[in-house]
Amino acid sequence: MPAARIIPCLDVRDGRVVKGVQFRDHRDVGDIVEHAMRYREEGADELVFYDISASAEGRSLDPEWVRRVARVIDIPFAVAGGVRSRDQAAACLDAGADKVSINSPALERPALIEELARDFGSQCVVLGVDSFEREGDYWVHQYTGSLEKTRDTGLRTLDWVVEATGRGAGEVVLNCMRRDGVRTGYDIPHTCAVVAAAPVPVIASGGAGAPEHFREAFEAGASGALAATVFHDRILPIPDLKEYLARCGIETRR
Amino acid sequence: MTLAIVDVGCGNIGSVGIAFERFGIAPLVTGDAAAIASADKVILPGVGAAGYAMEQIRACGLADTLRGLAQPVLGICLGMQLLFEHSEEEDIACLGILPGRVRKLEAAPGRPVPHMGWSRLQVHGRSIGLRDGDYVYFAHSYACDSGPHMVASADYGREIPAVVRGGNFLGAQFHPERSGEAGHRFLKAFLDR
Repeated sequence: MPAARIIPCLDVRDGRVVKGVQFRDHRDVGDIVEHAMRYREEGADELVFYDISASAEGRSLDPEWVRRVARVIDIPFAVAGGVRSRDQAAACLDAGADKVSINSPALERPALIEELARDFGSQCVVLGVDSFEREGDYWVHQYTGSLEKTRDTGLRTLDWVVEATGRGAGEVVLNCMRRDGVRTGYDIPHTCAVVAAAPVPVIASGGAGAPEHFREAFEAGASGALAATVFHDRILPIPDLKEYLARCGIETRR
Repeated sequence: MTLAIVDVGCGNIGSVGIAFERFGIAPLVTGDAAAIASADKVILPGVGAAGYAMEQIRACGLADTLRGLAQPVLGICLGMQLLFEHSEEEDIACLGILPGRVRKLEAAPGRPVPHMGWSRLQVHGRSIGLRDGDYVYFAHSYACDSGPHMVASADYGREIPAVVRGGNFLGAQFHPERSGEAGHRFLKAFLDR
């Protein structure tokens, strides 16, 4: 099996890295290129950059910062934010991104997934899912980059994951909204359920606060574990995390 | 040294070009047969679907040019798969430079497809800049068969050729441009050939 992937997630607004709690109250945590280089040096396996306001503002992310990141790192990275067309995805890939993650636009027009998979291959197309727990089930939310625009789509998360992977999404980033930024651990039962439903790699997201949370995600079958706060705030150095996982018998790249 | 990156209107040319810029090389991104034929080294990149890529290669009149190259050539990911005879992806004929076929990876519980992430290499051949145990980054749903051309492999349910070599043609199933220090060593060994 490939090594368990540790994936710092960088929320981007106006070309800067920001971080909020449960999708609100974003504060500036620094320059994109500096963060990208720091995580590469620390041993991150991959990076994800989300332009958190692009989709809600009806625009696509800016390839200019994608190009700046691509120049300085030699590990894979995905970008996300308002990509609504084949040409917008092509601009990201041409700028040096390895994958494009789509979320709200895929919900608006699911055929977008097929169009991107056909032209660029499934391995370039990541489905971002914002999953919200309510009344004992999980529901897909849309436009979560803006508090005013966030809406419940009425789609069950598992149904959407099955549909989207059937259309050609090559990876799923499962973000459990109630866990975002609160550091109480990933939603393990929900992650297990999505891993079982999806034939493609699943990345756990939302809630990481301690090394054992990462272990739980990998034991649940996640191919990668994504986190922001613990890495940005230097609560959990990546080399220490990987050493812990290796001691638990989980293969990591070191 | 001139390095041509074959541009057939698909593929991840951005990150491949940047990887060579790190060696102080300004790659020429081109779909022109004469420019490709006269370059010192040639890269056949590729992200995308095999059918579309082969269609573009034929539409640009490049199939014979690529087959006839005598200088060092490196195919990356889909670019490596195109070197073989046939791909199961859309059931198409490829360039036929290396013998063998490209087949879909089978998904199984605990082994999702695409094969995505850092896998450890076993190195069988010399002079490719890689060492046993190196981790390199893969992102693919199809892979070529094992065979005498295989000089490095990874395990993903079956043996996955990670590097293949036949004469002046070298292929990498993984992404050297996104494989950190190991990828850098591999690209350096290619440039030193």
